Amino acid sequence: MDLKLKIWRQADANAEGKFVTYPVHNISQDASFLEMLDVLNEELVTNGKEPVAFDHDCREGICGMCSLFINGRPHGPDDSVTTCQLHMRKFKDGETVVIEPWRAKPFPVIKDLKVDRSPFDEIIRSGGYVSVNTGGVPDANTIPINKENADLAMDAAACIGCGACVAACKNASAMLFVSAKVSQLALLPQGKVEAKRRVESMVAKMDDLGFGNCTNTYACEAECPKDISVANIARMNREFLCAKVT
Amino acid sequence: MTKLDSKIPEGPLAEKWTNFKAHQNLVNPANKRKIDIIVVGTGLAGGSAAASLSELGFNVKVFCIQDSPRRAHSIAAQGGINAAKNYPNDGDSVYRLFYDTVKGGDYRAREANVYRLAEVSNNIIDQCVAQGVPFAREYGGMLDNRSFGGALVSRTFYARGQTGQQLLLGAYGALSKEIKKGSVKMYTRREMMDVVLKDGKARGILVRNLVTGKLERYGAHAVLLASGGYGNVFFLSTNAMNSNASAAWKAYKRGAFFGHPSFVQIHPTCIPVHGNYQSKLTLMSESLRNDGRIWVPKKKEDAQKIQKGELSPVNIPEEDRDYYLERRYPAFGNLVPRDVASRAAKERCDEGYGVGNTGLAVYLDFKDAINRLGKSVIEARYGNLFQMYDKIVDENPYETPMMIYPAIHYTMGGIWVDYELQSTIPGLFVGGEANFSDHGANRLGASALMQGLSDGYFVLPYTMQNYLADQINVPHLDTDSPEFEKSEKYVQGNLDKLLAIKGSKTVDSFHRKVGLIMWDYVGMGRSKEGLEKAIEDLKSLRKDFWSNVNIPGDNTGMNVELEKAVRVSDFIELGELMARDALSRNESCGGHFREEYQTEEGEAMRDDENFMFVSAWEYKGVDEEPVLHKEPLNYENIEVKQRNYKTA
Ligand SMILES: Cc1cc2nc3c(=O)[nH]c(=O)nc-3n(C[C@H](O)[C@H](O)[C@H](O)COP(=O)(O)OP(=O)(O)OC[C@H]3O[C@@H](n4cnc5c(N)ncnc54)[C@H](O)[C@@H]3O)c2cc1C
Ligand code: FES
Repeated sequence: MDLKLKIWRQADANAEGKFVTYPVHNISQDASFLEMLDVLNEELVTNGKEPVAFDHDCREGICGMCSLFINGRPHGPDDSVTTCQLHMRKFKDGETVVIEPWRAKPFPVIKDLKVDRSPFDEIIRSGGYVSVNTGGVPDANTIPINKENADLAMDAAACIGCGACVAACKNASAMLFVSAKVSQLALLPQGKVEAKRRVESMVAKMDDLGFGNCTNTYACEAECPKDISVANIARMNREFLCAKVT
Repeated sequence: MTKLDSKIPEGPLAEKWTNFKAHQNLVNPANKRKIDIIVVGTGLAGGSAAASLSELGFNVKVFCIQDSPRRAHSIAAQGGINAAKNYPNDGDSVYRLFYDTVKGGDYRAREANVYRLAEVSNNIIDQCVAQGVPFAREYGGMLDNRSFGGALVSRTFYARGQTGQQLLLGAYGALSKEIKKGSVKMYTRREMMDVVLKDGKARGILVRNLVTGKLERYGAHAVLLASGGYGNVFFLSTNAMNSNASAAWKAYKRGAFFGHPSFVQIHPTCIPVHGNYQSKLTLMSESLRNDGRIWVPKKKEDAQKIQKGELSPVNIPEEDRDYYLERRYPAFGNLVPRDVASRAAKERCDEGYGVGNTGLAVYLDFKDAINRLGKSVIEARYGNLFQMYDKIVDENPYETPMMIYPAIHYTMGGIWVDYELQSTIPGLFVGGEANFSDHGANRLGASALMQGLSDGYFVLPYTMQNYLADQINVPHLDTDSPEFEKSEKYVQGNLDKLLAIKGSKTVDSFHRKVGLIMWDYVGMGRSKEGLEKAIEDLKSLRKDFWSNVNIPGDNTGMNVELEKAVRVSDFIELGELMARDALSRNESCGGHFREEYQTEEGEAMRDDENFMFVSAWEYKGVDEEPVLHKEPLNYENIEVKQRNYKTA
């Protein structure tokens, strides 16, 4: 298939960016979206031009490195997949495809389609873990956990930290991301000990870093490639309220 | 030979590690604060080591290529992690895990290391559960287990099909905790370009900042490499795109010996290659072999019709299917080790029984399992893998059998280390997939995660301390010192040289070429002629690369093509070493299959008399032949046998 790509190019964080149009030809339906960009880059490099910079690594939908706002949607038109798992059969021959970086104030562009998502790491650092050191812990089976909670914790833990939720939200809120980690640990006995401290400091950090408020539009859930549920946001709000009253 | 001291502690096997810990040197808490450690890599090995070392009180500087430590390649591991807990009461023990690992590795791993690995495996599960890793559980609230290849017990712990992700997020949590505390400093989007030595000891690294393009200098009292494996030398592999050999290769060039470079693992269950634009291969977890049955058509005509798209596998009756693993290996069936399963698939396809439009695929069929257990059980076990397959292949594996084919997956080889995981450069430690490790000539499924976390949480924090105890009075290495100057000049010179070529070929085109040479001659089947040809081909490819590669842009700011070029230039050199290693080993063992050395039934034929040693290669210069050193392997606790998966 042939496509017309309108891609955001920006030399570095301080440069002004603009859309540049590139045609690509003979793309296989079975190629992934990033493989299609590889084809474009190969052509650009062959002609001595700078390739389009984009983040990617596992190409299996698990590392959370790939991003891309494709035709107005984070990770493009398919549901429940990351850009690296998006395949060209989801596009029509001759289509114009607009490709932008995540657009959110807390995630500034580094180059072209790469953005800086380190604020997510900062949020986790503020308390998104169980504070145990290596060694001296009890035998794993001394803590029975009911299967239902273990499964719900796993559902929340499946977050890949890609930032699509923030990119999808008109307020650039990080509620889905933060609530996924808070929920995972709130659902497990291991996480209970520090629950109050955790939710308070993670929420405070999120606000500090300039992420917006949640106004319950649920665009985050709709665009999440891992189907993280907004039920986590409700659970976090409960945790937060509990923390405040106790 | 004198140069290799494996430093295996005295005493009976089961007491070696305890004895080591009881007598090793320790650093007192006040002195730990004076000591800096560099950790390269934030995968399971690097992340867990960095966190644990920081907890002990050392200052740790950690580096990774990705934008966050949470994105290391370990995140992609699917199937599970082994431990000798024996929770299912099915006869497992530390000894059995040790035995299976040595046997699975075809008797080319060091007994003492493997035993220690099995010994600490249980602590890993305890640690991860304490961190809140959501392992799969049974209704009673206890942890669930599944089986993996090469074992007759269920000892694999898992978190759906995302075990690596959950374990890595556990380690990332521990690391985040230490970063917040202030004793770990994290440097992301950085690539190590050189190890800096002073007085023969590893004392720092030179790093390229991938955002600014600037070279940066970092000093320390010891350096830990946990930079992962080098499967991407084959271009197409299941490894993440940024996985590379460069950190290890730079260490090799500075004097660290490279162990078993040719030992790579070809994983039997990957989605087959489908087009020349393809950038990587996708693994379908080995856990699928718990319930899936592998087959090809019995009749060649059927296979040909399938290849042409004239016949669907669902229309082939039971009696015309060849479940070749169950036929050849009745005791282990579909759960034979990876090297055996991969070779058997290649054998069927080479004979013309392969399926898919290329003829290079076999079926992995869940029909019986779905009939027996119901679709919902299969969905709960493998749902995310089935979805991934569907998205890539556009076929529903609940209805049509999956197509799979072997692909490069893991590298058993790596930097040679002694029992303390120290390389031949004092002060340079290596953990995880980057070291030549505990897996001999073939790794069993779910054992890489175990090894990475064992190295990082439970081994390196002890052994590095043993080394650091007499470094407490060694002053910090000034980054203006001549050692750093020299290293920077060398690295800068190399980058300038690459950028100046401005030839006509892309970096990727070279990467593809190395990959093809490696797959054809240093892949699943190897021969003397093929390996000699590979060495020659790689030599000319190296020349071609250094005359004709084209890297647009310059060294200011981000330059992705330059990053890739550095890695590909290292892959080309490494490929040659791998071919040499394979050529020098006149036997077949594990994943190393020399066509000249096989039994009448096509099984690998070891030569214990002449090759029961670890090959450790010493660098002598780009155009010089490397020197082979041999570390003899002694089996005192295991009877060395021909591997047999036909009978239990
Ligand atoms: C698809 C897939 C599935 C797998 N499934 C399983 C499984 O189910 N069970 C199992 O036991 N094993 C599995 N494995 C194998 C296992 O995942 C890996 O062997 C293991 O995770 C490697 O961990 P590591 O810490 O050694 O390195 P990695 O996780 O590869 O981490 C390497 C780190 O080093 C950094 N790095 C590399 N080079 C440099 C440099 N030059 N400068 C700075 N930083 C650098 C990277 O940024 C990264 O942080 C699987 C592998 C694959 C590919
Ligand atoms: S590249 Fe890893 S999730 Fe897309």
